[in-house]
Amino acid sequence: MSIALKNVTKRFGDTIAVNDLSFVVNEGELVALLGPSGGGKTTVLRLIAGLETPTSGDIFIRGHRVNDLPVQKRNIGFVFQSYALFKNMTVYRNIAFGLRVKKWKRRAVKERVEELMHLFGLEQLGHRYPHQLSGGQRQRVAIARALAPKPDVLLLDEPFGAVDAKIRQELREWLVRLHHQFNVTTLFVTHDQEEAMEVASRIGILNCGRLEQVGSPQEVYEQPANEFVARFIGVMNVIELEVRNGMACLDQIVFPAPGYKDGDKVRVGFRPYNVRVSPSPDEYRCQAVIRHAYFLGIMMRLDLELPSGARVCARLTKEDYKRLGLAPGMRVSFQIAEHKILGAAENSNAPA
Amino acid sequence: MLFALVFLFLPLLNVFAKAFEKGWTVFYGALVDPDTASAIRLSLTITAITVPLNLIFGITAAWAIAKFEFRWKTLLVALIDLPFSVSPVVTGLMFVLLFGLRGYLGPWLDAHNIQVIYAVPGMVLATTFVTLPFVARELIPVMQSTGSEQEQAALTLGASGWQTFWHVTLPSVKLALLYGVILCNARALGEFGAVSVVSGHITGLTDTLPLRVEKLYQEYNSTAAFAVASILALLALVTLAIKTGFEWHTQRVYARAERATSGTRVTCSKSI
Repeated sequence: MSIALKNVTKRFGDTIAVNDLSFVVNEGELVALLGPSGGGKTTVLRLIAGLETPTSGDIFIRGHRVNDLPVQKRNIGFVFQSYALFKNMTVYRNIAFGLRVKKWKRRAVKERVEELMHLFGLEQLGHRYPHQLSGGQRQRVAIARALAPKPDVLLLDEPFGAVDAKIRQELREWLVRLHHQFNVTTLFVTHDQEEAMEVASRIGILNCGRLEQVGSPQEVYEQPANEFVARFIGVMNVIELEVRNGMACLDQIVFPAPGYKDGDKVRVGFRPYNVRVSPSPDEYRCQAVIRHAYFLGIMMRLDLELPSGARVCARLTKEDYKRLGLAPGMRVSFQIAEHKILGAAENSNAPA
Repeated sequence: MLFALVFLFLPLLNVFAKAFEKGWTVFYGALVDPDTASAIRLSLTITAITVPLNLIFGITAAWAIAKFEFRWKTLLVALIDLPFSVSPVVTGLMFVLLFGLRGYLGPWLDAHNIQVIYAVPGMVLATTFVTLPFVARELIPVMQSTGSEQEQAALTLGASGWQTFWHVTLPSVKLALLYGVILCNARALGEFGAVSVVSGHITGLTDTLPLRVEKLYQEYNSTAAFAVASILALLALVTLAIKTGFEWHTQRVYARAERATSGTRVTCSKSI
């Protein structure tokens, strides 16, 4: 294993940024730390880099405990969210910096920097200063600079945060290719679940300094450990149903609710892609009206309004959407293929 | 523009005009006068000591204030401004009270045969005190706005604290630093009030350029006074020229980087 955290806690005064975190990144892996902002993701990166010291717990890099090792000795590459390029240095000197301070020979520095500039498509920009570069170019310089001294691990803080949406997609693919090329253990931080899903081989989901779940994108998506993960990853539907005659009901939606008394309120979760929609109002039992339809790449998201006014989100491919002849404003029927009872709703005295 | 011409440029021009009123020989004669020559030497000596002292203090203080949180920070910030808020004459008197013969440290200094007041050490002290804020005041806002991410990046790349300071912190503030040094330099050369109080006006020994100008003027030797004043004005112009030249040079370096790679922008943005 390349990076290991054991029971790491970090407090800033009274606030706990990282709470008893244990986590392993294997050699050569590309792992994402995913969570809402303020969840402690960046602090974890800074702890590994040595820019913060843990309040308690141990940090290992390649099997060595690095708690007492200063930043300079940890041999990590760190890419800041703002890139933090040296403003007064050219692209070439930015990339060469880590090699120069490590007293590499002049020839070796030149070879390494030119190799990286070539790989990153920066050949023509060696003489430019950071403020003369585009956002994407800056990011490439920042990553090249971090990789130049051949670090054991690469840490990226919101690598696509400062780039506009249009080139984000390209950058994601590029990051995956880059990882294959350099095969350096990489841990990156993001608040965008799609980004994490698409790029990482494993995802750690962090909330309020706690690790909620670690797993492959598929595991996390299909077997979320708890409601937080489910909602954060899959944009899960959560609706409140009332129990009548032992069944949880909302409009025409009916689920068995074993263990709940009549009058209890339960919360039920289900994924948008488990909602089957039909243009014929009789095909399924539940009735709704399509309020909005959004294009999400090859997928469509439909906002359905139930007779009671409750909203349910459905997801289907663009082909299905066209095949079924759906359109906003249409009356449709739907059913929920798979659901999970999450527990009693608040203000209810039913068992959880 | 007209205002600048009338109030800034004309008086300056007038100094030079007056200085050369009676021809080159008189001008030259005024400058090679041993007392004036000694005043030039003394002014340069004091400046040569004061500016480096301020440089060290300014960088250290600005660095500490901009990059760290500590208990007495607000007090330190207030202290840096103190010399600006105190009249230079009062500053001079403060030093006389402290180091003068009847001052607190005077008897002890006298017993050890160290003369501070009415001698060069006192003048250096007074000048340093008066010019203390210049470098720090210029640097603090720049360092604060730069933040510490570039420094942290340098650390993660393996740079030592000293390498980081030398290659990252210092270059990122070089223009502000230069400006601070130039202001400090100009003030050190031109300081009158505080130095006048602690110097004792001993001709040929403790006269600096501004003191010399005043003395010559009081002696109705106005051509000589203006000749010496023109030297001061010239020094001011030279420092200004250095600053402008430096800024110009920086812009040219950037422009050259832009030119050297222009035309390649299209191909680059494609190859993300």
